[in-house]
Amino acid sequence: MNNYKKIASTLGSAALTLALFGNVQAADPVKVGLLLPYTGTYAALGEAITNGMKMAIEQQGGQLGGRAVEYVSVDSEANPGKAVPNMQKLVDGAKVDVVVGPVHSGVGMGAVKVARDSGVPLIIPNAGFNAATGPLCAPNIFRTSFTSWQTAYPMGQVAADKGYKNIVTVAWRYGFGTESVEGFKEGFEKAGGTVSKEIYVPFPDVEFQSQLTEIAALKPDAVFVFFAGGGAAKFVQDYAAAGLQGKIPLLGSGFLTEGTLAAQGQAAEGVLTTLHYADSLDTEQNRSFRDAYRQQFGKEADIYAVQGFDTGLLLAQSLQQVAGNTEDRNAWIAAMSQAHIASPRGDWSFSKAHNPVQNVYLREVRDGANQVASIAATALADPAPGCKLQ
Amino acid sequence: MRPLPRTIRYLLLALTLLLAAFPLFGESLSGEQHSYHLQQLTHIMILAIVALSLDLLVGVTGMVSLAQAAFFGIAGYSLVLFAPEFEAVNFWLALALCLAVSAAAALLMGLLIIRTSGIFFIMATIAFSQMLYYLFHDSAFAGGSDGIYLFLKPEVAIAGVQLLDLENPRSLFYLVLGSLVLLYLLLRTCLRAPFGRVLLGIKHNEERVRSMGYNPLFYKLAAFVIAGTIAGYAGMLSATQYGFVSPGQVSWQLSAHALVMVILGGMGSLFGPILGAFAFEGLHQLFAGLTPHWELPMGLVVIAMVLLLPRGIAGLLLQLCSARKAKPADDAALSTAVAVNKETSV
Amino acid sequence: MDFSTVLIQTMNGLQYGLLLFLIASGLTLIFGIMQIINLAHGALYMVGAYLAFWLTALTGNLFLAILLGLPLAALLGVLIERFLMQALYRRDHLDQVLMTFGMILVIDSLRSIAWGNDVHSVAIPALLEGSIQLTETLEYPVYRLFISAVCGLIALAMYGVLQRTRLGIVIRGGASNREMVQGLGINIRVIYSLVFAAGTALTAFAGMIAAPVSSVYPGMGNQILIIAFVVVVIGGLGSIRGAFLAALLVGLTATWGAVLVPEYAGMAIYLLMAVVLLFKPRGLFA
Repeated sequence: MNNYKKIASTLGSAALTLALFGNVQAADPVKVGLLLPYTGTYAALGEAITNGMKMAIEQQGGQLGGRAVEYVSVDSEANPGKAVPNMQKLVDGAKVDVVVGPVHSGVGMGAVKVARDSGVPLIIPNAGFNAATGPLCAPNIFRTSFTSWQTAYPMGQVAADKGYKNIVTVAWRYGFGTESVEGFKEGFEKAGGTVSKEIYVPFPDVEFQSQLTEIAALKPDAVFVFFAGGGAAKFVQDYAAAGLQGKIPLLGSGFLTEGTLAAQGQAAEGVLTTLHYADSLDTEQNRSFRDAYRQQFGKEADIYAVQGFDTGLLLAQSLQQVAGNTEDRNAWIAAMSQAHIASPRGDWSFSKAHNPVQNVYLREVRDGANQVASIAATALADPAPGCKLQ
Repeated sequence: MRPLPRTIRYLLLALTLLLAAFPLFGESLSGEQHSYHLQQLTHIMILAIVALSLDLLVGVTGMVSLAQAAFFGIAGYSLVLFAPEFEAVNFWLALALCLAVSAAAALLMGLLIIRTSGIFFIMATIAFSQMLYYLFHDSAFAGGSDGIYLFLKPEVAIAGVQLLDLENPRSLFYLVLGSLVLLYLLLRTCLRAPFGRVLLGIKHNEERVRSMGYNPLFYKLAAFVIAGTIAGYAGMLSATQYGFVSPGQVSWQLSAHALVMVILGGMGSLFGPILGAFAFEGLHQLFAGLTPHWELPMGLVVIAMVLLLPRGIAGLLLQLCSARKAKPADDAALSTAVAVNKETSV
Repeated sequence: MDFSTVLIQTMNGLQYGLLLFLIASGLTLIFGIMQIINLAHGALYMVGAYLAFWLTALTGNLFLAILLGLPLAALLGVLIERFLMQALYRRDHLDQVLMTFGMILVIDSLRSIAWGNDVHSVAIPALLEGSIQLTETLEYPVYRLFISAVCGLIALAMYGVLQRTRLGIVIRGGASNREMVQGLGINIRVIYSLVFAAGTALTAFAGMIAAPVSSVYPGMGNQILIIAFVVVVIGGLGSIRGAFLAALLVGLTATWGAVLVPEYAGMAIYLLMAVVLLFKPRGLFA
């Protein structure tokens, strides 16, 4: 009798807790914080990531693990000096359940700092600084994009296979630039090539005439460059205007020809780049993703939209698995690290350091589009030196 | 510099007390967001210290400098580079180092550029700040463009007894608030002393100061070093709060924002720039929360404030005080408090 | 490094210098002559580039776009001067800093609303599309030579108007002594509007004509702001000749800095400015 009563009361209170808990969970939306640039040079990237992510969540029924979604966005202004207070605004101010961001690596350093201290899950949808999934890696930090190394290393083998022996590199002198050049150099030297000169341009200068003169005088077998955005548009145009197009092959990390092809026009024809995505990937997932994106936003999807989309898929999939319970962070984090994402870029999953293990494609610009030439590296994992999670 | 009208003194005192009471009672006001508001206020007060230091140059002495971020940043970097990775650094040692480095940097820069004036002085401060910016941005020793972490906050202890736990946001808040109030009072006292009168004189008429037997260059250099050291102190506090420094902290844009705070708040009043820092950051937060196109309302408000408040927030407050009482005595207080601006602008 | 490379790099430096003069030309009027510290200079340059992009897309021709864009930019200049700057002439110079800071925010926001945040380019007019063979591997685009020529013409025109005409004398007089010029029975307000409008139009023109080689993107104005001030200040305020020579000097320093000491290339022009101000505290040609 006594026992029976005990069990009944335990069951009763359990049911009560469950009901209360369930109620709270159903009433409270999942709060997703967005730390992305909405003004300034990187605004287009922030917009594309946001669009892609929201589209993915809408396609999954507009809910995460059965709960409604509330977005709280903070304009990062791509300003590392404000990264920590902006991140705190989301974590301590809005009490978000997860932060998605940022685009810029310097801001990423600040965001990772707060994420490590607070334990709030951080999903990086772009910023490729190696350290985030290297020495600074943490259980609650995930990246759905790439490392600088990942997008440049495979080009080394490609260049060697093309028979190039001697290559000159040109890049902006900042984290993303130097890390990309180092990645390429590692790959190229491993394959037997030599980087005869590394030229760096002060960031974010866009006057390249003297570097182009130097390249013309050095006459290397090919040139590997890292630029992005306005600088990428301008470099490729200047390279062609200097008459180097077609004479000295231009290779690059894929950002050289992302979002800039319309601006580069004819000048980009024949440029070879490596990246974990290409607009023209001929898969069912990619086609339907691009159609849906075009329909919804009236413009073409780009790599940033894909990374945002995958972030949305990751959130939906992992929260589905833990039935929308964001309170039990460990379970949620475990669900995220097990995720398999059927992405427009091809299927991928996380490495132990929480960076995508993914295909990197060799793309060639033809008729104003990045056409996939081959897979430069299959299921490539970042070596993540210094990460204690592996 | 004459004493402020009583109303303003009471207003400032009340605002300070409200701020000081925030950590104790703020929780019932802002609930869950309390800890965030605490961080945010600490952040704004640190910027207010920078604005205050800049006012000593811009508003008092008439030297428009865009180098405050250089001293702010170099002190922050000094703290991070000096601190061991797995051990809390001794606060007093770090303090001595940061102040010494920023003072030395200000002295060196000042010696080289103090002979220039007006716009040439502004550009000279930009030149040296930009060189420092590229030094941190382009070389690997301090984390390069991505910045570098401070893993543990400095330990404030005397003879092994911990006085303040800076890991606790509330302690840091009071340290920053106390610093702000003390520095404000210190600068006010300083300006009432002969030293301050010479500085004010330099803004009015540098030739006259010279003819009275003072060497204006020496006083300008002293003001530059004091302001640089104070900005350095703020930089150390900021690096402590965030545990992260990046080249952004050394950029001329940060200096420009400090200048905007000074002008917005009211140059030469010392309390104005502090209010300017709160207004600038407050408006930014407000509009950024409303729309992704926050720059539009923010810009419009700044433009409206320039047109409607010729002497900034401080000027408005002083004017309100004198209008309410409409006594000649207060007019005198107003005119001295903002005389500096009038004289140079006509 | 062989002799021809030295020659080409020097030419690159001079050509970059001419481009810098173009970028700074509007600022020499607004800042150098009128002594208004115009932080919105970069934003107006960006407006010019976006006007070129927008109007070229509409008309299909850059020159038509410039023809349409110039009056628009001048009108913008008049409006800004009349409604925003005029109230500030009798106030502290720093109020202008705050005003133009507010303008940056407004202009950037309107740009984002009107034209979005993508990277664009403007096609080089067919007439100027070719290039000249310099060495076996290196060519030089004709359009860059065209820009250089335009810069030279602008410098000559500005010099001629300001130094050799009655209007120029009045303008230079008005900048240094408002009351005196007014005493001569000249409407100084009209002169100020005129100069500000001309400065804005020149700045936007620089943005338009450089658009085909600079690309058009958000944030492009921030990059040129400081360097434009550097050029004007090194040259010495109010001196067209000074700004011109300073621009060439900065161009050469940046180019040769990148070649000889690439590790410190970012600092090169600031080092140049610091050294100049150290020995000539009022600029080279004041």
